[in-house]
Amino acid sequence: MKKSDVPQDESNLEKADLRELCYAVDENGEYVTQHTTGWDPKTIALNNAIDAIKERVENARAKVLAKETSPIEYYMELNKMDLSVLASYVGMWKWRVKRHFKPSVFKKLSRRTLQKYADTFDITIDQLQNIES
Amino acid sequence: MEINFTHHQSAHCENGVVSNLMKHHGFQVSEPMVFGIGSGLLFCYIPFLKVNHAPAITYRAMPGKIFNRFAKRVGVQFKREKFKNYKAAKARLDTNLKKDNPVGLQVGVYHLTYFPDEYRFHFNAHNLVVYGKQDHTYLISDPVMETVTTLTEKELEKVRFAKGAFAPKGHMYYPIAFPKELKLEKAIVKGIKKTCSDMLAPVPFVGVRGIKKIAGLIRKWPKKKGTKVTNHYLGQIVRMQEEIGTGGGGFRYIYAAFLQEAGKLLGNEKLLELSAEMTKIGDLWRDFAVDASRIYRNRTTKVAIDVYDDVATQLEHIAEKEKAFFKKLKKAV
Repeated sequence: MKKSDVPQDESNLEKADLRELCYAVDENGEYVTQHTTGWDPKTIALNNAIDAIKERVENARAKVLAKETSPIEYYMELNKMDLSVLASYVGMWKWRVKRHFKPSVFKKLSRRTLQKYADTFDITIDQLQNIES
Repeated sequence: MEINFTHHQSAHCENGVVSNLMKHHGFQVSEPMVFGIGSGLLFCYIPFLKVNHAPAITYRAMPGKIFNRFAKRVGVQFKREKFKNYKAAKARLDTNLKKDNPVGLQVGVYHLTYFPDEYRFHFNAHNLVVYGKQDHTYLISDPVMETVTTLTEKELEKVRFAKGAFAPKGHMYYPIAFPKELKLEKAIVKGIKKTCSDMLAPVPFVGVRGIKKIAGLIRKWPKKKGTKVTNHYLGQIVRMQEEIGTGGGGFRYIYAAFLQEAGKLLGNEKLLELSAEMTKIGDLWRDFAVDASRIYRNRTTKVAIDVYDDVATQLEHIAEKEKAFFKKLKKAV
């Protein structure tokens, strides 16, 4: 890539006043570094990934309201986690966390266990139990 | 207290921290040099593992590898420590800062407050340097940022003890012993040889064969998984290739910069030629990203199957080019 060809497209980075470094060759064929504000192919990929996460969050939310899953799954998606990441944050086995997705099991959880989840998601127990609040 | 530390922005965090720490101790080592000597370039598809609900693909060596290999090959000794609890981790960090010793830390990205929201994923192998502390705020030199930044004690605790894959466990490191004179020549040759053998490895998921494997999968996915899932996967491949830290073209440009620098240092004309060739291969990767993005631009609309075959063919072409390239490179050193 030539230095003059380093893309300067609009991106989410730009909004945060951030530029990253690219390596490119100058007119004499020497390697130099050049800032880039963004590049469309990857901005689109990132936006798609974010949309996919939003979709997962919305699905989880609908499932909670339909009483098919517990709010834990909703908050897990909201925090961009998956089962193994969440399990390691709360320090439990994956199968235990998965079991807590069941609304009937979730209802009977102790305050201590609920607190662990609340701390992980940085919310109160009340917010954990009631996703509308 | 604040240590007199010069922040240099780099493309990738791991090379950047090593390069910045070396420069702080008076050894001018560029980012591409660290990357090349540490044999950072790779292509690897990790079957069965999913990242962001898509197949895991990497264009670089495992986190920590570049750093380890670089240190070993140039003969710099690093002290590395991991901690069970935050108190001990914080105490050790503070003592080092008091001794005017800037340290590298491995951290999780998700809780890094100065990153834009969109970039905060549960990725735990990010690196940064702490170079001072004022009241309860740490002074941070994060190599992918343009300027220095800060984190509060609480924030630093969170990122140092992030959980999940590659959990940092407070991992802290700093150089303790240097060779009298930095002899890069032998280290460069070692680094290049290792990269060649990695890229030409007779393993189906690694190097050139890994690229071919992915090309084959891109042909299969639309029929097996549908276009929506395939588009998501393609987007992930491009993100791995281009997202913060690769310097463009899945690290191929950084590697070309390394070959140029190495060619001059060793007086090896062949390496200069190969650097130009690697630049062209990097351009092919960029072309692949552009064409792939035309497919996933619309996430859900129906796409004709043959466009997937086109990008797959592009990847196969790249694989052939890289195969020939690394065979030549092996002979050049």
